[in-house]
Amino acid sequence: MSDQPASGAGDQRNGRNLPPLRLHVPEPQFRPGDTADFSSFEIPAAGEAPRPDEAAHPGTMQGLVYGLIRVLDDEGAAVGPWDPHLPAETLLKMLRAMALTRAFDERMFRAQRQGKTSFYMKSTGEEAVSIAAATALASDDMCFPSYRQQGILIARGWPIIDMMNQIYSNKGDRLKGRQLPIMYSARDASFFSISGNLTTQYPQAVGWAMASAARGDTRIAATWCGEGSTAEGDFHSACTFASVYRAPVILNIVNNQWAISSFSGFAGAEATTFAARALGYGIAGLRVDGNDALAVYAATRWAADRARANAGPTLIEHFTYRAEGHSTSDDPSAYRSADEGSHWPLGDPIARLKQHCIRLGIWDEERQAAMDKELAEQVRDAAREAEKNGILGHGLHHHPMETMFEDVFEDMPWHLREQQQQMLDEAKAAGL
Amino acid sequence: MSSSLSDSGSGGLQQMTMIQAINSALDVMMERDPDVVVMGEDVGYFGGVFRATAGLQKKYGKNRVFDTPITEIGIIGVAIGMGAYGLRPVPEIQFADYIYPALDQLVSEAARLRYRSAGEYIAPLTVRSPFGGGIFGGQTHSQSPEGIFTHVSGVKTVIPSTPYDAKGLLIAAIEDNDPVIFFEPKRIYNGPFDGHYDRPAKGWAGHPGAMVPEGHYRVPLGQARTVRQGEALTILCYGTMEHVVESTVADMGVDAEIIDLRTLIPLDIEAIERSVKKTGRCLIVHEATRTSGFGAELSALVQERCFYHLEAPIERVTGFDTPYPHSLEWAYFPGPVRIRKAIDKIMKD
Ligand SMILES: Cc1ncc(C[n+]2csc(CCOP(=O)(O)OP(=O)(O)O)c2C)c(N)n1
Ligand SMILES: [Mg+2]
Repeated sequence: MSDQPASGAGDQRNGRNLPPLRLHVPEPQFRPGDTADFSSFEIPAAGEAPRPDEAAHPGTMQGLVYGLIRVLDDEGAAVGPWDPHLPAETLLKMLRAMALTRAFDERMFRAQRQGKTSFYMKSTGEEAVSIAAATALASDDMCFPSYRQQGILIARGWPIIDMMNQIYSNKGDRLKGRQLPIMYSARDASFFSISGNLTTQYPQAVGWAMASAARGDTRIAATWCGEGSTAEGDFHSACTFASVYRAPVILNIVNNQWAISSFSGFAGAEATTFAARALGYGIAGLRVDGNDALAVYAATRWAADRARANAGPTLIEHFTYRAEGHSTSDDPSAYRSADEGSHWPLGDPIARLKQHCIRLGIWDEERQAAMDKELAEQVRDAAREAEKNGILGHGLHHHPMETMFEDVFEDMPWHLREQQQQMLDEAKAAGL
Repeated sequence: MSSSLSDSGSGGLQQMTMIQAINSALDVMMERDPDVVVMGEDVGYFGGVFRATAGLQKKYGKNRVFDTPITEIGIIGVAIGMGAYGLRPVPEIQFADYIYPALDQLVSEAARLRYRSAGEYIAPLTVRSPFGGGIFGGQTHSQSPEGIFTHVSGVKTVIPSTPYDAKGLLIAAIEDNDPVIFFEPKRIYNGPFDGHYDRPAKGWAGHPGAMVPEGHYRVPLGQARTVRQGEALTILCYGTMEHVVESTVADMGVDAEIIDLRTLIPLDIEAIERSVKKTGRCLIVHEATRTSGFGAELSALVQERCFYHLEAPIERVTGFDTPYPHSLEWAYFPGPVRIRKAIDKIMKD
């Protein structure tokens, strides 16, 4: 049968006496101008989800991929079997790291707006996802993050000035100005080099975990991607490998409901949950309130213990909301309802953890305000310090130009040497 | 400009940016041909991260303009299937740097479907994708991977350098029954770029290539454009580099013949041959990395066909063979200094 298109398609439609097919194209609930209304959105109560044994067979815990593991209730009390019973010190440490991440994001976003660098991405509203997870992992467990988990570095106590130097691509940038701002790499913090290409880190994390297992190591791996990124083939390859080799890995999906302008329906959320992806692969799946730091901690701890016991990988969906634009290049008012964020029923992760700490009597509003002020100053001082190493500007003066040719290979081949010399001659000719 | 017209545009002329011209080409083709569909990440309601598809979903509906899951291999594979049904898909890959996950569907499938089915099935796709650097986009928003596609038998590769050409070439690409990779030089979406990063950005206003017919017209695939006639040397270029070359040549006052290739495959070999035989000297300029870049192919062709007319060795000006750096972007970019030096060298020999 010849199938030349050139407007041939029309003739083939409706050839038989059958109802016409229809194409379904997903549509979000709210668009600009709409009032966001989540009243029909059913929120499972805190404490309701059962907590299986860490070695449970995935088939026996399928309900957890459709529910929502929540520990903090509306009053800020920790309830149910997933309550991790954390000591006050750990709770306050998490609270502080989350607040520092938010202050850091505010400052760096403004720095981009002031023309000090080319690009920035905030993680506002998603601080619990990275910080509670990093707190539940061992400090040498290997993290393969996406671009929105700066909180991991902050939770691990990585110097924020080092992150700022990278954002400014300045003299202090250990990555020599090679990467777009926020594409950190911090081997000493067991934090993998971030790629701009979505989901590539997923199979890499599985491979690291397989290597750790093959060597009889005790460290596990964890990786993160956005819900939109689960559509990439790499996500599915990673799940298959993780399942086949029972890799000691935690696969985190940060479902912040938006992928730039595309709502989660374009990644499959109209049909099922992201945690339910685990079922087909025979992987343990958990669906967690991502704005509940205790739930994120507990789920991560469960998955880490499972991996360490050689019981295999866990896929965790963190249900949250991207409270701000995708990046400094984005204006979300063009595609989503302006008040969606403020109506989002799972609240703000910092406010919820703060409420819990206050309820426990280990914290109060005065101390919170003092901490916020102190952190803002800490970030301001670090930014000033980092700016002494330079801001991006035209970029040419921070790193010796010849470094551009280093690290392409371990040893520089002749053609790169020649090009390096050519560039230096050019720079001279241009008076640089 | 007029040499590029194969059929004159209907409707009046309008000043457009390259984004507007691309949008207009899509609009014209969707209006004329109900089989044309536009798909890709963020292209629907939002109208694309560069706004190239703005307004199209509203006008033509979600059956014909739709957002897709974030999977480039899925986007291209689905487009091939739609093409097999008889539609004429125009998928967008948000940045050329993200086309690699789609390579298997492009290289093993789209490019070979006609051949392996002896013409029973075809893949009439036009894959649009912003490419090239100059926007501080770092290594994942800056690359020029055209050489990967020119190396594959069975896909056409098209790169415009003006709004006029962008619209006419995109229409011709969509009407073409073979798969076309249509790389859009994003640095010049909103204005030409002379390569001087330290000068204020210019808009398209006043540029002759920014006057665009409102209606349908084609710039045929496979025809180069002579940007400037000259006797001293031939410069082969395309995309953003056409403007950098033009400005450098003007600054130097050298009588160069500048040829904007516009289509890399199929290549306008006659225009190249005619010019190099006349001038006896040839410079090739592209932003992509040097080794195995399209310039290597051009250099081989010129050597094979014009050897006895050459008065100096062929020169190539290109990006360096490193990943695209962030902060050292302007040391990497093949700007006026690199071009000037190569011209001086060719003219000395
Ligand atoms: C392979 C690839 N395709 C497309 C992009 C462009 N892109 C960058 S971020 C993004 C959206 C990702 O959304 P999601 O996975 O939900 O993560 P979020 O930004 O919400 O954290 C897209 C499409 C990319 N970086 N890499
Ligand atoms: Mg998302």
